[in-house]
Amino acid sequence: MTIGEYIRDSQIWKSIFRHPAPHDRRNRVVVMLTNFFLHLHPVSIKKQGIALSYTWCMGGITFFLFLVEAVTGVLLMFYYLPTLEHAFNDILALRDVTTLGIMREIHRWGAHSMVITVWLHMYRVFLTGSYKPPREFNWVIGVLLLVLTLLLSFTGYLLPWDQLAIWAITVGSNMARATPFLGHEGPGAQLLNLGGYDLITNASDARFILLGGRFVGEATLNRFYILHCVAIPLVVSLLIAIHFWRVRKDGGISQPL
Amino acid sequence: MNPHPDLTSEVIRGIGWLYLLLFAMNAFWTALAFKKKASLSSVAAWAIYTAILGMVGIAHVTGGAQPEHFLIRMPEWFKSIIDAGAKPEIYFTLSLLLFCAVIWLRETLVKPTVAWVVLNGMILFMALSMTDYDFRQIVGKPDNVPIVAMLFIVAFFTWLYFKRAVDNDQRIAAGRPLFEQEDNDKVLVWPDLVYTEMICMVILTAVLVLWGTVLQAPLEEPASASRTPNPSKAPWYFLGLQEMLVYYDPWMAGVVLPSVILVGLMALPYIDFNKKGNGYYTFNERKFSILTFMFGFLPLWIGLIILGTFLRGPNWNFFGIYEFWDVHKLEVLNNVNLSEMVWVNQLQQPLPVAPADAGIWTKIGYILLRESVGLVAVVLYLGVLPMVMAMTVFRKFFMRMGFLRYMVFANLVLFMACLPIKMVLRWSLNLKYIVAIPEWFFNI
Repeated sequence: MTIGEYIRDSQIWKSIFRHPAPHDRRNRVVVMLTNFFLHLHPVSIKKQGIALSYTWCMGGITFFLFLVEAVTGVLLMFYYLPTLEHAFNDILALRDVTTLGIMREIHRWGAHSMVITVWLHMYRVFLTGSYKPPREFNWVIGVLLLVLTLLLSFTGYLLPWDQLAIWAITVGSNMARATPFLGHEGPGAQLLNLGGYDLITNASDARFILLGGRFVGEATLNRFYILHCVAIPLVVSLLIAIHFWRVRKDGGISQPL
Repeated sequence: MNPHPDLTSEVIRGIGWLYLLLFAMNAFWTALAFKKKASLSSVAAWAIYTAILGMVGIAHVTGGAQPEHFLIRMPEWFKSIIDAGAKPEIYFTLSLLLFCAVIWLRETLVKPTVAWVVLNGMILFMALSMTDYDFRQIVGKPDNVPIVAMLFIVAFFTWLYFKRAVDNDQRIAAGRPLFEQEDNDKVLVWPDLVYTEMICMVILTAVLVLWGTVLQAPLEEPASASRTPNPSKAPWYFLGLQEMLVYYDPWMAGVVLPSVILVGLMALPYIDFNKKGNGYYTFNERKFSILTFMFGFLPLWIGLIILGTFLRGPNWNFFGIYEFWDVHKLEVLNNVNLSEMVWVNQLQQPLPVAPADAGIWTKIGYILLRESVGLVAVVLYLGVLPMVMAMTVFRKFFMRMGFLRYMVFANLVLFMACLPIKMVLRWSLNLKYIVAIPEWFFNI
């Protein structure tokens, strides 16, 4: 009996994996049905449906990048404090002195890549007509995920608290004050007043809610930090689960009817 | 005098590696051509080209003391031509022409040799341009590297799409089964899919670690609310939206149009009634939807991001790719509102202004009168034009879709078209606003 066989025959191994190693056809089927991580997949699939020149693998890559962002992001959260006093210096230290400071590089390049891959995934799904019935609603969820990916990236952009960060967020969030009705420089906002008092001012409009203040400051940093690390990832996780579930329920990877 | 003060040997070595990459790619290509028994002359031509690339690359990488001697530079006359044509209208027109050419010549472009020559041309262009200081300043910014990569990646996948679509269209025309239907037995997910995923993850991890090692994430000066950088740019994926600010006010460019883009994307499956092309690549079976989507994605979204990232400099002025980002560059802005064109230029009288002691309703009346032409134009555009189109160009669509679905569709198309329309009006007539009511923050 080799060591490998001894390990695979042990009670511990069997209790974890619930099935023999997928060496024969039967166990290759069983592994897909009994393993938590693999059960997202079907057991068998059309050959052309998984060809890289067909799927471009962009949805899968986007999901993998989301996981990379989660792991590197959690590691960065151990180190980084979202306060005016610490934010910039923590990033500086990540660059210059911290062991595994490369996590920030991976996090940033992964984020840029994720934005691109999620666009390409949408591009592919459109070009193969995969949004057509019965997959219409999953396309809608996909569009929401795309927006949330952009918002994840946008909220994360502020956290280094350097010139690049606050001015990019300032430029981006300045749009919000021109929101029709809800921005203090938006058309229709003047109509919302009670007895001569404006309801929409620069201290109560859409931009104020987004920034937690009248300009990009510590309240914004806190707000964006929580959006970036907690709020949006939670929503994204839920939508990803539905997105994947619907892929299976709507008939798997699209193929000619 | 050296016109390229910082063309250090490090930069030259970097360019050398680019040539060596091209050399390796073309060595592979030549070997492939030889193996496939291509004609001797073409194999020889590729071999000579590859050899030249190899020598140029080695010369760049090893030449230490006086690198300028064998450095191949982008010719100055070429740079001046490019910079002289650096105007948004020329850029946008060229990107549209390129878009049309790709569609028109798709059957030629999908041939591997043609695509390979184009790819070689793109990389050679990059390598030559890298010798220019100002080009390197923009392209070499760490945050801009993914955008350069995106340009190549999007081009590649568009090419891949056309390759598969042209193939399928020929199959459909000949009555043969689709590519996706041939050799399409079921396979087990373990190992066929699971292994692919595993390999993808390993490669991606390696790429990210390598990328993170080679290129440091940007970190500028600590944030300061009092020092505004010039230009102030949004994150790169929003630069298409920021570019729209040139033509529309923030409430349109920053709120209404992005919302319309999102709603339009979500509405897309419900307005596309074409049942063909579900689950396979095709162009001929769904020309309209492919062209519309590609127009929105390539020239408008990706194209404007490229424009906003690489070509917009201080004061959001337009700069050529080899041009120095001069803070003092002046661009004459004498844009005129439609109301001024009508009242002042055409009718030869001042803009209607309410008397100072007029009541609120009189003032509103005067504002509406002043902007009446623009308001009527907008109402006609969004309210009447869909009906006209329903009776003419989109007659078939209207019959198939029904009233509500058609109206959503028509308005989405019109909102998409309003950006190019405003661009053209700005470039040709210096039009500022079609409707200009700054009193209510309502400018269109």
